Amino acid sequence: MAVLTRDETEALIAEVLEVYPDKAKKDRTKHLAVNDHDVEQSKKCITSNRKSLPGVMTIRGCAYAGSKGVVWGPIKDMIHISHGPVGCGQYSRAGRRNYYVGTTGVDTFGTMNFTSDFQEKDIVFGGDKKLAKLIEEIETLFPLHKGISVQSECPIGLIGDDIEAVSKKASAAIDKPVVPVRCEGFRGVSQSLGHHIANDAIRDWVLDKRDGQEYESTPYDVAIIGDYNIGGDAWASRILLEEMGLRVVAQWSGDGTIAEMMNTPKVKLNLLHCYRSMNYISRHMEEKYGIPYMEYNFFGPTKIIESCRKIAAFFDDTIKEKTEAMIARYQPMMDEIIAKYRPRLEGKKVMLYVGGLRPRHVIGAYEDLGMEVIGTGYEFGHNDDYDRTIKEVGDATLLYDDVTGFELEEFVKRLKPDMVGSGIKEKYIFQKMGIPLRQMHSWDYSGPYHGYDGFAIFARDMDIALANPVWDNMVPPWKKAAVPDELQKVA
Amino acid sequence: MANIMIRRNEAGGLVFYLPKRDLEASIESIEFDADDKWGGELKLDNGGSYYIDPIARPPRLPISLRARRLGAAED
Repeated sequence: MAVLTRDETEALIAEVLEVYPDKAKKDRTKHLAVNDHDVEQSKKCITSNRKSLPGVMTIRGCAYAGSKGVVWGPIKDMIHISHGPVGCGQYSRAGRRNYYVGTTGVDTFGTMNFTSDFQEKDIVFGGDKKLAKLIEEIETLFPLHKGISVQSECPIGLIGDDIEAVSKKASAAIDKPVVPVRCEGFRGVSQSLGHHIANDAIRDWVLDKRDGQEYESTPYDVAIIGDYNIGGDAWASRILLEEMGLRVVAQWSGDGTIAEMMNTPKVKLNLLHCYRSMNYISRHMEEKYGIPYMEYNFFGPTKIIESCRKIAAFFDDTIKEKTEAMIARYQPMMDEIIAKYRPRLEGKKVMLYVGGLRPRHVIGAYEDLGMEVIGTGYEFGHNDDYDRTIKEVGDATLLYDDVTGFELEEFVKRLKPDMVGSGIKEKYIFQKMGIPLRQMHSWDYSGPYHGYDGFAIFARDMDIALANPVWDNMVPPWKKAAVPDELQKVA
Repeated sequence: MANIMIRRNEAGGLVFYLPKRDLEASIESIEFDADDKWGGELKLDNGGSYYIDPIARPPRLPISLRARRLGAAED
């Protein structure tokens, strides 16, 4: 049950919106809602994927972030050029902890930053020549790379450089794929459009390159789609799938290679984790190659078991048996974790505010630990994300889309969660308010959280965040006045 | 005219998808649903409706088609 009743939550939203000017209030009203299980379609209660209001703090990325940071960036054996001024590449470099195996700078390039470093003269006279030269240099310095992607930054779109022509020519010269990606930051309202553009680039420039080639296939080939191996997540998922008897042909795109991607059209089933960022390519493969896709959720034992059985149901009895055996084998480990942490975490309230899939996927993991999610929302989710979320959270739970800094702070002050699960930008605000925060994007230097192994880490992380003695010794600034003098000296 | 895609969901119903706007909706009714004539007006559960030229029922879904928007019902 939610902490507030429906009426109370509605009143809370109305109260928080009160400070806005009329126009802003009208717009923001559409993005805040109280969950209602009777509503079948989220668009009837919440609006999403709309342009953020200027002037209110928002927490979104841009199309470039969606393409370079999420979809293309983690492909480890390719070199991803940030084509444009140096900033976009440098500030997004290695920020998402997409783990990979390989020798960086020799055959893998995940944490390196390649940029064409545009200067004034490149903007004025065009940067095509510079890009061609850059690709030549890359070929000389890093001969073991397996391909190049050209991730456009905003100025490229504005000055109209023909990166497609340069890429085609360069690709023929070096005999490796060179993929132009038109992911200029201004294209969409958030990183979400960048995912779409990146998926389309994979479709047009990569996916069909091995069609018709010989391939030794097994009936159990699957691909992990939409897992970026943040903190080793894709590995934790892969272990489970392999224990089920499946053969994971490709990881998209965490710790993935371009060869894996080209082989993906040969698999029997695509397993889709991050629906928001990779549904486009899954749809394409379903249509062109007849490969069905299935969404799964590997957060917390309840959802893992549910998802594994759902995946196994697609295959024959040997897989089903192996799956059941695997579930049985891990059950004692799960019981142990829950027995250890549940008494410590039972009844704690959590508010989430994350990007693509976690606002709904991690709810099961929290519930396994006896915790309750009292508010959740997406930075860049679309209506279909909210359609799925409505079913996951309790009735009368607060939902917020593209929440502003002010709103999130007010909601937290009023709902008083024991913990906030969000990103780095929210971390210090809530910690200064005396509320523990766990980063849910990049695992805050921990992880993985997927799979059985990940659940152990998830439970431990939530516990160490909540049980940290610092919260008892900290007084938020607005309560300072009420604190006796001797205590203040200690603080 | 817009490119759309029709696929079958897990429950067996038809799902409409408009990539350009990332719009996903269930198809509530399809005007012609015979083997030799399939298509016509599609009514979506979000209130919108689209028209696809009737074709023979495709052997396999999903399928990409061109569709025309009828009215301006959905958002």
